[in-house]
Order: sequence, then C-alpha cells, then structure tokens
Amino acid sequence: MIETRGLRKSFRSRAGRETKTVDAVRGVDLEVAKGEIFGFLGPNGAGKTTTLRMLATLIEPDGGEATIAGADLRKDPAEVRRRIGYVPQGGSTWDESTAREELVLHARMYGISKADAQQRATRALDAFQLTEYADRKCKTYSGGQRRRVEIALGIIHEPKIVFLDEPTTGLDPQSRAHMWDEIRRLRGDGMTVFITTHYLDEADALCDRIAIMDNGEVVAEGTPTELKREISGDVVLVGLDLAATGQAAKTLDGEPYVNKLETVDEGGLRLYVDEGATAIPQVLRRLDHAGLELRSIELHRPSLDDVFLTKTGRSLRES
Amino acid sequence: MKFARDTWLIFQRQTQLLLRNPVWVFVGVFQPVMYLLLFAPLLKPALNAPTQAAAYKIFVPGLLVLLAIFGGLFQGFGLIAELRAGVIERSRVTPISRLALLLGRSLRDVVSLMAQAVIITLLALLFDLRVFIGDLLLAYLMLALIALMTSAVSYGVALKVKSEDALAPLMNTVAQPVLLLSGILLPLTFAPGWLQGIANWNPFSWAVDGTRALFAGDLGSDKVWQGLSITAVLAALGVYWAARQFARSVR
Repeated sequence: MIETRGLRKSFRSRAGRETKTVDAVRGVDLEVAKGEIFGFLGPNGAGKTTTLRMLATLIEPDGGEATIAGADLRKDPAEVRRRIGYVPQGGSTWDESTAREELVLHARMYGISKADAQQRATRALDAFQLTEYADRKCKTYSGGQRRRVEIALGIIHEPKIVFLDEPTTGLDPQSRAHMWDEIRRLRGDGMTVFITTHYLDEADALCDRIAIMDNGEVVAEGTPTELKREISGDVVLVGLDLAATGQAAKTLDGEPYVNKLETVDEGGLRLYVDEGATAIPQVLRRLDHAGLELRSIELHRPSLDDVFLTKTGRSLRES
Repeated sequence: MKFARDTWLIFQRQTQLLLRNPVWVFVGVFQPVMYLLLFAPLLKPALNAPTQAAAYKIFVPGLLVLLAIFGGLFQGFGLIAELRAGVIERSRVTPISRLALLLGRSLRDVVSLMAQAVIITLLALLFDLRVFIGDLLLAYLMLALIALMTSAVSYGVALKVKSEDALAPLMNTVAQPVLLLSGILLPLTFAPGWLQGIANWNPFSWAVDGTRALFAGDLGSDKVWQGLSITAVLAALGVYWAARQFARSVR
C-alpha cells in the first residue's frame, strides 16, 4: 500500500543570525501492507510527523521516492490526495461550524456531489456516534467528540489509506480506548491505517506492525512481538548503591546466563537474560557471595521501550 | 468547471460563516457611516466646495477606496485563525484547486465590500450626491479589483508570517503611507510638488483619481482607464502570488 525509498527532508532554521540546516528525516524506507495498522513510534522531534506530512503531500520531500496506494508521490500528488485521508495532530475543525457542515464541506472538496455528501455525512455521524451533536457548533464538543469528528472527516471519501497523526494525544483514558476501537473498526472495513504515536502501550496494543523512529531514521521495524523477541529474553533490574555498582558489574559480567549487562547511571544494573525467573536466584546468590548488598530486584519482560533503548541507547520515556 | 465549482464551494462556506456573525455587519457599516456623518461636514469649507454635494463627490469615492484597501488588507487575520485550527491543512490534503482556496475567500471579501459600498452610496444620496448609474458601476468595478488585490495579498502574507503579531504591524506599516499618499482624505491637489511626485508611484493614488473622475461623471477622462488598468494588473498579480502561497508546501 505504501512503499518509500530514501525519503529525505531537511529544514533551514534560523537562530539569531546563523542559519542551520536540520535534517528532520534522513532516508526512510518503509513498506506498509494493505489492511494493516502501521505505527510510527518515536519521541517528539524524531521526524514522524514530517514523514507523515510528506506522505500526505503536504510537504515536498528533498529526495527519495514513494508510492502510495499505487500513485507516485513525486509525479502525481493530486492522485495521491484522492486516495488518502489525513487527520492532523492539532485538530482540523472550525469552532463556529457544526460537525455536519464540516463533513459535507469536506466531502465536497473531494468533488463529491452535494446530495451524496449529505448522505455520507449522515452515515459518518451515525458510525462515530455523533448524531446527537451533529448540528451543534464544534466549539461545544468534548476532546473525544471532536477527535471523532476529525477522524470522520479524514475518511469521508473512503480513502484506501488514512494517516492519523498522534490520534490519542490529549484524550482521557476512556476516550483513548474508544478511539482504539474506532481505529480497529477502520481496519475491519479494509482500510490501511498509518498512525504516529509516542505512546509505547498504544504502539504495542493497537499496531500490527511498527517502525521505531529516532533522529530522522527508522531504527527498527517489525511486529511488536518480533521486536521484543529480537532483544532476546527478559531484563533483570538490580537496584544497588552507586558505590557497589562497579563491583557488582565485575562479579556478574561473564556469568553464563547473562547475555548483556549495562550499568544504570544512578546506581544499579540492567541484565539481559534468556529467562528471568531462573536468573534471579543465581544473581542473588552471586551478589550475596560477593558480599554486596542489594536494594531491590525486579523482573521485567521486554517492552517496546527496551527495544528503543537497545537501538538508541536512550529510553523513550526520558526523551 | 471544477475550478468554478471549487471556488463557489469555498465562497459559500466563507459567506455562511460571515453571516453567522451579525456583529461584523454592524461594525462594517458603523465606521464608514461615522466618516460620512462626522468628517464629511468639515469638507465643504476645507475644500472650498461650492455645495455640500460637491464635497461629497470628492470625499465619498475616497472613502470607498479607503474601505476597499483596509477591508482587504486585514482579512489575513481570519486566515491565521483558520491555519491555527487546522482547516487550511485539512483543505490542502484534498484535491481541491489551490487557486479556489484563495479566490473563494477573496470573492467573499469583495462581495462584503460591495455591500458596504452600496450602503454608503445610498446614504450619500441623502446628502444630495448624484452619480450616473453606469459611472457608479464602473467605480464599483474599480473597488472590487482593489479589494480583490488587497485581500489576496493579505492572505498571501498571512500564509507566510503565520502569526497575528507579525501581520498587524506589517499591514499597518503598509497601509499608512499608502493611505496618506493616495489623497484619500484630502485630494493631493493641495500637495507640494515633491509629495505629488511620490504619490504618482502609489497605484492607489491612481485608483482614487479614477474613482473620483467616475463620480464626477467624467467617463472620458484618462484617469478612468489608467486607474482601472493599474488596479486590474495589480489584482491579477496579487491573486497569482497569493495562490502560489496556498499551493506551496509550508511547514
């Protein structure tokens, strides 16, 4: 459905008198299959939105190629526009308009006739449970209602692909769960859904496949399960005083069950092991033997954050 | 065909939103009426006009051009609010014509200016202003072209600067010398030579002269076709430039 090769974009930013070039996206290769929910996971400023905006024809790439729903992004952006829907991050509805007016207008911008646009609006309002508020001004809606209108706008012309930029940012937990259901429903209707998110749980629970993005590059790609499996096994977090950390590292390094060992800045160790449940007793025994006092020990199944950490050396939560 | 349909779609939407806000209609008419009632009476003695009607013949066309310039130049503020709400971005991912996105908005501004102009003309009739209908329609065409240009330019600049804080001083800085150098409030016949020399480079000065000639019933005057040609060319350039801003990829 989407295929990109070497997609690049840099911006010139001015700080005082100096002009700096910022490489926002540095060569993104992606393949998204029909009917999947594909997620772009990464911290703010990783280049997710810039990539999405390039794919949605809003900004022109500096280099690279992309085919979107069979249309060439560089050669025929007008055709790409006909085949995609796009829901921007910061909202897209006008305070003084009603949901119905917005839906009809948006459908007509795609060249759909007035009568057809009105029917589509009615159906969309029903599908997104908005009928009750359909003729109230958008400024009276709650965050969740407004976001549902925006998604409805993005798919009013039945696109093959819909791009959702941070669809659940700013929503309360209940609206968020509701939104996930809506997004799954779109997939159920045969649509390909491309979302960006900086929420680990969202990428994990909602997406069929994800690409982890950092600093303008895709650093990992696969299903959440694959990615987690790739970093092999579990993580044991050993809480130690800073003073004891060095010696503990020396003691445990080279133990057969430890695949990889990292020290934590504020004291403690992070051990990558195949099986946490059997590793913990051995760790306890070794450290006790060496006369080192533990503050805590914690078993931690790998999360996408660990994937991010192994790929970038930083935690997504911190960045 | 698609272009006309797209333009009509945007025009309809913008007009509908404008009419939903009745405060605007009041404000739009209140200000020019104040000029007409509180400023115009000073003109007969100041201009040494033989009658009040003669003074209005000079002042009303100037006032209308003033409205066209200012009404247009400050339309960009509404666009910045739309940019912020994401409405423009949402429009730009659809296949709608980029020129229609601009022109639908600018035509709404032209129509609302026309409504103001008609109200003011009707009021001036009460003060014994008399104009031939043909001359008046040509004068309205001139006003429409001015409003089209200033509103298009304002939209283009709004898309570039993207913030009210930058747009307001910018538009004021442009509007003030344009206003002073166009002889709108007082004809430049009183101006010293050097001032007239500069004013000759101000296209709005030509537009004002042309509109005044039309109000004076002097259809054959060179000033009429000169004013109309200058404003038509500038309107075309303004629309072309602003439509490119709508089409251009912005961050």
